[in-house]
Amino acid sequence: MDKEKIKKKLKGSSVGIAGAGGLGSNAAVSLARAGIGRLVIVDYDKVEKSNLNRQYYFLNQVGKVKVKALKDNIKKINPSVKVDVYNEKLTKGSMDRHFKDVDVIIEALDSAEMKTAFVEEIMHKLPKIPVIAASGVAGYGHSERIVTKHLGNLYMVYDADAKSSDEDVLMAPRVCLMANWEANLALELILGN
Amino acid sequence: MSYGKLGGKLSSRINLGELKMGIEVNGKEIKWVKDETVKELLKRVKYSFPLVVVKINDKVVPRSDFSKVTIPDNSKIAVVHMISGG
Repeated sequence: MDKEKIKKKLKGSSVGIAGAGGLGSNAAVSLARAGIGRLVIVDYDKVEKSNLNRQYYFLNQVGKVKVKALKDNIKKINPSVKVDVYNEKLTKGSMDRHFKDVDVIIEALDSAEMKTAFVEEIMHKLPKIPVIAASGVAGYGHSERIVTKHLGNLYMVYDADAKSSDEDVLMAPRVCLMANWEANLALELILGN
Repeated sequence: MSYGKLGGKLSSRINLGELKMGIEVNGKEIKWVKDETVKELLKRVKYSFPLVVVKINDKVVPRSDFSKVTIPDNSKIAVVHMISGG
């Protein structure tokens, strides 16, 4: 695909992002820079100082609603992206609510339980929309252990040997690596090979 | 429910003593156990994580079928689990 076609295709495409933490905020910013047409972002948290070691926020945004702060940041980079945000907690039974009309969905949640519940519900309710998830983001180093696992309509950015974030640190290099891996997969799914 | 070409019916007709029976779980070869369900297999290989997806011979098995679907001999199984962090 030539550059103009890529630009046009991305402009007409949308990505849903569940979570605006380390994975979601960084994936969203990368997709905005790449020229995605529309982002749908759902999160219920507020920016905390401890988030700044990996999440795409600034000191003067501490205390602000994450999705609003993220929308502000995206607009400063690429104002032409349509950014639909929902300051809501994702709950079982209605996880798919805001993602029904997007082209690709990125799972960017925190706990293994929520990740699992989200992916299962989306795969069940929106079987035609590809889902990208990440598992094993904690720690540092070991970039070479990260792989893409393709399971049906689920694409997982995966390090099977990583520790849980309860036992290991979360820091920008690895979290951003996997967030951008997710964003890169989204581009691949939208644009084809 | 049978996943893959070598379902339970076919393999039970083969003389078991003559053949090397085995399955592959995440690239590792282990023994095949007749009539073993996905749930039982996961317990045997000690996958105690909150699991997300199990694939048998490239077909995804819904979680709700884990205790119904049995593992065919010679099958390749992929198990992917979720680890906290984001």
